[in-house]
Amino acid sequence: MAWMLNAAWIAVAVPFALALIVVAIGAFSRPLSAVVAAMGPTLVIALGVAALRVVSVTGAPVRPWTSSLAAHGSADWFAAGGRAIEIGWAVDSLSAMMLLVVGVVALMVMVFSAGYMRGDPGWSRYFALLSAFTGSMALLVIGDSFISLFIGWELVGACSYLLIGFWYEKPSAAQAAVKAFLTTRIGDVGLLLGIVLLGTATGSLSYAGVIGNLGVMSSSAITLAAVLLAAGAIGKSAQFPLHIWLPDAMEGPTPVSALIHAATMVAAGVYLVVRVWPIFEAAPVARTVLLSVGVVSALGAALIALTQRDIKRVLAYSTISQLGFMFAALGVGAWNVAFFHLVTHAAFKALLFLAAGSVIHGSGTQDLREMGGLRTSMPVTFGAWLVGAGALIGLPPLAGFMSKDAVLDAVWIHNPVAGIALFAATALTGFYTVRTTKLAFFGGSRGERHVHESPLSMLIPIVILAVPAGALGLASSSVAEKLGQHPVGLSVPVSGIAALLALAGGMIGWSDALQDRRGVAPSGTAGRVWGLIRTGFGYDAAIEKLVVAPTVAACRATWAIVDRFVIDGAVEGSGLATKWLGGLVSRAQSGDGQGYAAFTALGMVVLLATLVLVGRWVG
Amino acid sequence: MILVALSCALFGIGLFGVLARRDIVAILASIEVMLGGPLLLLIGLGSTARAAAANAAAASGQAATVEGAALLVIVVAAAEASVGLALLVTVARRSHTTTLEDLSEVRG
Repeated sequence: MAWMLNAAWIAVAVPFALALIVVAIGAFSRPLSAVVAAMGPTLVIALGVAALRVVSVTGAPVRPWTSSLAAHGSADWFAAGGRAIEIGWAVDSLSAMMLLVVGVVALMVMVFSAGYMRGDPGWSRYFALLSAFTGSMALLVIGDSFISLFIGWELVGACSYLLIGFWYEKPSAAQAAVKAFLTTRIGDVGLLLGIVLLGTATGSLSYAGVIGNLGVMSSSAITLAAVLLAAGAIGKSAQFPLHIWLPDAMEGPTPVSALIHAATMVAAGVYLVVRVWPIFEAAPVARTVLLSVGVVSALGAALIALTQRDIKRVLAYSTISQLGFMFAALGVGAWNVAFFHLVTHAAFKALLFLAAGSVIHGSGTQDLREMGGLRTSMPVTFGAWLVGAGALIGLPPLAGFMSKDAVLDAVWIHNPVAGIALFAATALTGFYTVRTTKLAFFGGSRGERHVHESPLSMLIPIVILAVPAGALGLASSSVAEKLGQHPVGLSVPVSGIAALLALAGGMIGWSDALQDRRGVAPSGTAGRVWGLIRTGFGYDAAIEKLVVAPTVAACRATWAIVDRFVIDGAVEGSGLATKWLGGLVSRAQSGDGQGYAAFTALGMVVLLATLVLVGRWVG
Repeated sequence: MILVALSCALFGIGLFGVLARRDIVAILASIEVMLGGPLLLLIGLGSTARAAAANAAAASGQAATVEGAALLVIVVAAAEASVGLALLVTVARRSHTTTLEDLSEVRG
């Protein structure tokens, strides 16, 4: 495996090459193109495993690395302004684990897609994009500088855009793709400004260079840079106030939601903060921003998830909420806990999304009100969903229990107010998860279609993912050790209270009162509040009024004045002037041959006379 | 002097014909008349040079140059007439007219 570590960049190059091959052979053999695409994530997993075996945390690693480097290299890219820009890679324990997460989820999603996307006309485009996404994500993860990170960051954004709008003939999908792209772009501007600020102040763009030279920056400059980086992370991880794109991103195919919009890309914001943690360590204000954004997102999104009728939108808001937990943990400085929650969340949320995909595939609907009773017709999916839902709620000893309670513990000790808010979010998590489970799997069937269990290619990845979703919690201390941190034992009161709250929330969710099934929806004032929450507290409408409408109006005004009047006026005016002059001159072209002859004769006379006269004057 | 006046008159008559006649055949004929003007002048100048010169050798050299030019004018006139008439035949076949005023399709 040593050769692989010497050329870690193949984890980026190969998936991109495979994407091209998939496009080339897609027309000849669909199964073959899926197998080719699946080789990319396999390679990424292999690299992650190989790197994890050799990294060592003994001795003090050079910050920002979390361990010794399993692979490191760089190449000159170009020189600008007398400064050479290098593009390089570095694999430490943090990026190795992230590679494992990306590779495993991507591989499972590709296997699942072989069943889910069967017969779709865009088959090879789909697998090529998944492969390109894997390569982009690998670039983001193994990059050793802000340059590599930013390229990967934008590439995953582009892949996300293309996959949300995969069914581009559907207007809602095309709109959702644009919305996701534009909203994350707002954060990306912040990220780019932060990178420029750090680069100009420290004279380097590599992580090691920037963090080694942090001392030359004033504390206010560091704070500003950290807040700008946090803006990028907030946009990518769909945190308040840039969260609105994620629920709409559910327009994409469900396996894509599992890979990009639950497990990997949206976690890139958390990964970024962990990667450059020393910068945030030196910027308490930025940490406060992360904490408040995380708490608001965790609590608000959990509340909105209660009221959703679309199974995928429940999971989308749940993802925002869980990412909020991670941001809160980052905000109190527990970055290894946040990263551990990222890993477990990737496992159980990918599982939940794939199970939801299986449900959608089997029942033919995404609307929870049209499901019901699926536990008998889709038993395997139901079993896997229960594991994922248990992990999300935080039932011991499933994965989410360990990681979420570690987050709660860290936040509670540091900031009791934020801790209480997260406890409330935990209760709400139990509420909406149980409500969704009951609506989808219990009771009698409310749909009209014949429901069938999904094919094996979809069930196998679900069952495989159920293993880490169930058991990953046991890896808590080894993950901390790999990151060079002391493992923290579970705090019994915190985890006990959290589990009890989650169960209490679950019991409310089980009751029929707030099911929003046909005929049992809340009415009156409660119904109005319910409706307000379902629209995300009217946030989308407010953005529409306050941001989108003025922007559109300004664009229209610019179009009417600058484009129609100034630019078109100049273009059409010059055309008209030319035409008028031409009409004037063209009268001489009368078509009268003798007229021409007369003019010729006259011209001769004039010429001769001129010659004679000038000759006389000059001579 | 009479010679110059005569050739100028011939050229002028021809030019008037080109500008005034409506029929293309007549215009072509008028062009021949116009060419007659300079032709007459050249030949006249040649014989004048021969008569006025004291040195016979120099005179015959000048006369030969001028008469060669006259010969060139005759050739050009013949060529012009043949090309012009060929065009005329083609135009007449196509548009059934030999009146110049009727052929004004390339008006701007």
